[in-house]
Amino acid sequence: MSADAERGQQQRTVRCLIAKVGLDGHDRGAHVIARAFRDAGFEVVYSGLHRAPEEIVQAAVQEDVDVLGISILSGAHNTLVPKIIDGLKEYDAFEDTLILVGGIVPDEDRPKLKEMGVSEVFGPGTPMKETIEFVRNNAPRRD
Amino acid sequence: MSHAENRGEARVDALVSDLLDGKHRALARAITKIENRSPGYRELVSRLHAHTGGADVVGITGSPGAGKSTLVDKLAKAYRDAGFTVGVIGVDPSSPYTGGAVLGDRIRMASNVGDMDVFFRSMSARGQLGGLSTATSDAVKALDAFGKDKILVETVGAGQSEVDVVRTADTVTVLVQPGSGDDVQMLKAGILEIGDVFVVNKADMDGVNRTVAELEEMIHLRDNPGATLDSGHHGVDAGLPKGVSEHDGTHGDTHGGGARDEGADGSEDADDGWEPAVVETVATTGDGVEELVETLAAHADYLAESGMRERKARSRYAEEIRQLLRNDANALLKEELDRRGGAEALAEAVADRETDPYAVADEVFEPLRECVEARRGEE
Repeated sequence: MSADAERGQQQRTVRCLIAKVGLDGHDRGAHVIARAFRDAGFEVVYSGLHRAPEEIVQAAVQEDVDVLGISILSGAHNTLVPKIIDGLKEYDAFEDTLILVGGIVPDEDRPKLKEMGVSEVFGPGTPMKETIEFVRNNAPRRD
Repeated sequence: MSHAENRGEARVDALVSDLLDGKHRALARAITKIENRSPGYRELVSRLHAHTGGADVVGITGSPGAGKSTLVDKLAKAYRDAGFTVGVIGVDPSSPYTGGAVLGDRIRMASNVGDMDVFFRSMSARGQLGGLSTATSDAVKALDAFGKDKILVETVGAGQSEVDVVRTADTVTVLVQPGSGDDVQMLKAGILEIGDVFVVNKADMDGVNRTVAELEEMIHLRDNPGATLDSGHHGVDAGLPKGVSEHDGTHGDTHGGGARDEGADGSEDADDGWEPAVVETVATTGDGVEELVETLAAHADYLAESGMRERKARSRYAEEIRQLLRNDANALLKEELDRRGGAEALAEAVADRETDPYAVADEVFEPLRECVEARRGEE
């Protein structure tokens, strides 16, 4: 941390939005991640279920999150993720938001998601520690 | 002045002009800056101040699960339908152990999907001593300067800092749910003396009438300890003389005193003609929201007509000045303390009976006092 932090004024916390998008009611994973992120000292905004891409964009922009974690278990990632990314670009929020996808994503879809701007895809069985470490190391530093 | 400082200033310039231009991203970024107290945040808030004063600020508090978020959602919808723009700040507690937080108020914001003119922002109580109310009121300023007509500040009414937060609002709304305990519970919670409007939410549940009756009785007792009691019905019946301790703003340190506080200065502001209203709502269906909107409007009118709005604003600014000065002085004292080895090391010496806390405090404080006095002498 910088000298400002030592001066006792600045308090920076990693802010995350955990988003459930589309017709997908499986939120156990999202809840577990939200809880783990909280315990790791992050501030977690949880979107709730069945959100439209526009809602996720609205939330990500208004909450000014450093990290957007999209949980998709419906298989619709190839249509939903691009919509979210386009929305973020529209509000100039794409460049400095770390975008993660969690859930069930076939290996062959991953390169395409990453090309779009997703930083990492975490499949089932990813150790929580690994995800938290990834966020800590890659969350954009802003001031 | 360094290059970095120049750049920082240019960034604040850009942020302020983008925010005033109505860019959502800039508003979001400004609030982040305020929350993080990033370099330049003071400059930012100072610059925004001139553009504030246009919004009606409503604070909403109540125990967890009372239905605050759902009600805020419905209120925001009602305001949007009436053509107003809305800003919402939802404050959630953070973990005292990790500092992390789950900010869940957004889940309930279902009626305003995709409507960017409802700007909802979650904030966590980051364990900043007395800083939460400062951060929140600064964030309110950002929303106000952005041009929001109505600003709703939602917080769990569980502690002093939360109570301080809603007190930065023009109108304080307290949510109560039926069957949440008897009148003694409400007295204990200390929520009675802060509310301008009381909402009994979940009014489709059992025990509503009793809760409403108990609330009204206590409001009447609070208002005019000596006057004739007029209990038995509810609604907006203005005109009874009353006193509300929070309105005069000079009791910043005493409002935690619950009933004692009320007894001590309950009759000072005899010209204060607002009788706290009790409104019944069912937030999930939207029942009673219209009445609540009307009641809030009535309170806003009352504030404007009675000059109370101005007075409240003044006392709020006075408190803000005091708070900022306290924070600054604390920061300076902390530096000074650290320079002398830190409080722990000094405590060690106190425990060993080498010195005592008063002597340490004098020693640390004396040079500061001397500086100030020397400066005063120069004037």
